[in-house]
Amino acid sequence: MNNSRFHTALRRACRSMRRAAISLFAGLSLTVGLGHAAEPVKVGVLLPYTGTYAALGEAITNGMKLAVSQAGDKLGGREVEYVIVDSEANPSKAPANMQKLISGEHADFIVGPVHSGVGMGMAKVARDEGAITIIPNAGFNAATGPLCAPNIFRTSFTSWQTAYPMGAVAKERGYDRVVTMTWDYGFGRESVAAFKEAFSKAGGEIVKEIYVPFPNVEFQAQLTEIANLKPDAVFVFFAGGGAVKFVKDYAAAGLHGKIPLLGSGFLTDGTLQAQGDTAEGILTTLHYSTELQNPANLKFLKDYRAAFGKEADIYAVQGYDTGRLLVQAMEEVGGNTEDRQALIAALASQRIDSPRGEWAFSEAHNPVQNIYLREVRNGRNVVVGTPAKGLADPARGCRM
Amino acid sequence: MDPAFLLIQVLNGVQYGLLLFLIASGLTLIFGIMGVINLAHGALYMVGAYLAFWFTSRTGSFWLAILLALPLTVLLGLVIERWFMRALYKRNHLDQVLLTFGLILVLNECQSILFGNDVHGVPVPAPFSGSIPLTDVLSYPVYRLFVSFVCALIAVGMYFLIQHTRLGMVIRGGASNREMMAGMGINVHTVFGLVFAAGTALAAFAGMISAPLSSVYPGIGDSVLIISFVVVVIGGIGSIKGAFLGALMVGLTATFGTVFLPELSGAVVYALMAAVLLWRPRGLFA
Amino acid sequence: MRSMPLKVNVILAALLVVLATYPLYGELLFPQQHDYYLQKLTFIVILAILAMSLDLLVGMSGLVSLAHAAFFGLAGYTLALTAPQYEPISLWIALPAALAAAAAAALVIGALTLRTRGVYYILATLAFTQMIYFVFHDSDFAGGSDGMFLFFKPTVSIGERVLFDLEDRTTFYLFCLGALAATYLLLRMLLRSPFGHVLVGIKENEIRIRSLGYNPPVFKLIAFVIAGVFAGLAGFLAVAQYGFANPSLLGWHQSAEALLMVLLGGMGTLFGPVLGAFAFELLHQLFAGWTEHWQLLMGAFVIAAVLLLPKGLGGLLLKLTRTRPPAGGG
Repeated sequence: MNNSRFHTALRRACRSMRRAAISLFAGLSLTVGLGHAAEPVKVGVLLPYTGTYAALGEAITNGMKLAVSQAGDKLGGREVEYVIVDSEANPSKAPANMQKLISGEHADFIVGPVHSGVGMGMAKVARDEGAITIIPNAGFNAATGPLCAPNIFRTSFTSWQTAYPMGAVAKERGYDRVVTMTWDYGFGRESVAAFKEAFSKAGGEIVKEIYVPFPNVEFQAQLTEIANLKPDAVFVFFAGGGAVKFVKDYAAAGLHGKIPLLGSGFLTDGTLQAQGDTAEGILTTLHYSTELQNPANLKFLKDYRAAFGKEADIYAVQGYDTGRLLVQAMEEVGGNTEDRQALIAALASQRIDSPRGEWAFSEAHNPVQNIYLREVRNGRNVVVGTPAKGLADPARGCRM
Repeated sequence: MDPAFLLIQVLNGVQYGLLLFLIASGLTLIFGIMGVINLAHGALYMVGAYLAFWFTSRTGSFWLAILLALPLTVLLGLVIERWFMRALYKRNHLDQVLLTFGLILVLNECQSILFGNDVHGVPVPAPFSGSIPLTDVLSYPVYRLFVSFVCALIAVGMYFLIQHTRLGMVIRGGASNREMMAGMGINVHTVFGLVFAAGTALAAFAGMISAPLSSVYPGIGDSVLIISFVVVVIGGIGSIKGAFLGALMVGLTATFGTVFLPELSGAVVYALMAAVLLWRPRGLFA
Repeated sequence: MRSMPLKVNVILAALLVVLATYPLYGELLFPQQHDYYLQKLTFIVILAILAMSLDLLVGMSGLVSLAHAAFFGLAGYTLALTAPQYEPISLWIALPAALAAAAAAALVIGALTLRTRGVYYILATLAFTQMIYFVFHDSDFAGGSDGMFLFFKPTVSIGERVLFDLEDRTTFYLFCLGALAATYLLLRMLLRSPFGHVLVGIKENEIRIRSLGYNPPVFKLIAFVIAGVFAGLAGFLAVAQYGFANPSLLGWHQSAEALLMVLLGGMGTLFGPVLGAFAFELLHQLFAGWTEHWQLLMGAFVIAAVLLLPKGLGGLLLKLTRTRPPAGGG
């Protein structure tokens, strides 16, 4: 009996102590918050630094840091603090990593990822938590489609944008029967689907769709099959290490020069040096080429080479544009990250003078941009046409 | 089905299988003779590939690179055996699995620190860089034929070593009865050190000669690890002949699996292993 | 299994209290990080359930199984597959379904792998794990290599009355903690039962047990299925927590990590793996905070742990709290 009275009193005491402690802490935080403007901006980065996409993660990070350092290493007048987490291109760790950046580090912005599977996990958490997330690569349609949200932005592309224009190009060049090949995961399937959509609409026939488990790079059996089918052309999506291997194997199997190879630009971006002669003549569609002659690109290539001692590629450009986006938007709001509505509006309204050409966001927060047709000549992606100008992704399923 | 197509796929499967044999043979020797599960075997393959890339880019010659890299990998094998494996002989399988798992993490991270994370190509060495036309469209890379030839040569060499030499006798004896070997005055530690170093060198060499075929990038060790275990289990632990035939079986199954059952190609090889284990729990040729 | 020294029981109870009351003081101690730490703790608690269930096999029955992640992942995927896309599923439907899937898989895989011995057993379990992994990874019915989403956590209600709102992070944490405690108590009861005694006897001396008239494979199979069911419980909670099911939940790396936790914590003690789960995750965070090459430190630590701490943290704890040698032959 005594016990229960004692327990009630104890509980009440604990409750009031707890309330006092919380108000004390709240008071302190408010004081700290007023001095918030002087606090650094935290940019959380979730990119792969190990595994087959590691070079892409590095290039995006370099590009972003270059843009920010060109603006004096400040965003809206505030210092920048990067919190870097290795995504390992592992989708299963994506939600936990996102939470680390959001609830653990209280990052103001999250930049990432490369891999579309990781992107799916990130997008879900971003939607639930409302964290401002900028995707510098992962092109899965859903991010600016069914999973779109006001706080999610993408500075790269959708799989649709980079593959759809090639469908018409293929038909124009007289290819009627095409075999497609790609890794069997979201992005690969989406790319092939987009190509098929355009190609079939123009009257072409997809003879066979070959899917290779991701991230396998043993292609010998499939190349034999392609040779057996004798199509007019082959359309593929591969990126990173897989792209290098595929192009080399294609040539070693004697198909190079006999059956034209088409692809979305990732096949030949950041990979030409490793591919060497085997890439000659490959046609790709992409929203960028290192050979573009606009002033922004020429300056960017020079600056990147000077800063990092490496040649820039599409991934570096996307990182750079992400940095520019942050710089410009933060300048517009005067460094104020507290008013999220204003910040989101500022982000959505930016025009980026990018090495790929000027672009702005569509309503679903994906870049509206040109798609270039590139041909590999003498180890360079020469731009031979612009099959789509100001192409906006249809953002199917996005409701904002 | 076009017979030429089938034949070429058989060629593909055999080539893949022969390469797997090189990796699996080292594994089965280590398993069979020393009774140790070495999960880091795949990482050793990776070490070979990276060394081949590095020396080739420094010296310009692929052959010189192999000549330089091989002694290094033998040394690495001896070091690993002395420091880590030796502690595991008396331990249970769980400890072996975990310690070698830790070794994988260490080796992978060393690769990342020393060589970075970019994808690297290794040019196919000059005399073998062409392709032989097989049909009007398809050619077969000469280098792949060369690789198959080398693997087959090594297989024959191993056969002779194991079956017809004294060293081979010691190895076969050690596989069946360690205590007896020690009782007969043979220095078990030396034999083990040699076997482990040899197994390491075989895996690393496999990595070196495949480097021009695949690119060199982080994670290539993991992809060969499990499949080489499958080969060993199918063939029977400790049996070189088993490793050879098991490797061919796996190579052909994987190749034809990717062509005819692409959605299940990954699972098919494991289904094969499961089937073999159920029929012959000790492997086909133990 | 001999009963634990009183001191150890007290320490364990104290740890449980510390964990259970964390939501109360967590906000005070870490106002900025509390939410994040709560989620991390929840995750560790779920891993602890997985590790504990594995101890039943590794520590008690002597079966080094690399297949454990298969049951973890299958239960998780079952939840993701059975849940409708735009509304939550009831726990009373989802949990039994997930556990049944895990149990069925464990029955089949157990029956097939227990035909092998020693090192072949380990590899057989590895083969089956990989097979299931590739089925999920290479085909599309469950999202392939990208995985699939669970948009709502399961509801726990009777009729109209909600018992637990799992969408609330604190409630979810306490729910998982409760599951951990229940798992521990159930497994302890099992091991103290005659069944449990036979199981431990099989690990010590199988021939003797057989001569007493018991059939070891049957006992091992039952243990395998029970362990699989608890692994399934952990998998169910894991997917519920982050709302994301992915093939790597089924992969052999996941199994190896679970084994690591068992080793770190100490095999055969049942509570050891809980300590192991904490140790592993905390070390992971620590190393990752120091360097991007944290895997190097982790690998080195694993090697050192195997060489120097064969009985893990649990064994250490037992050694420290032992006041006198155990009576009888043990």
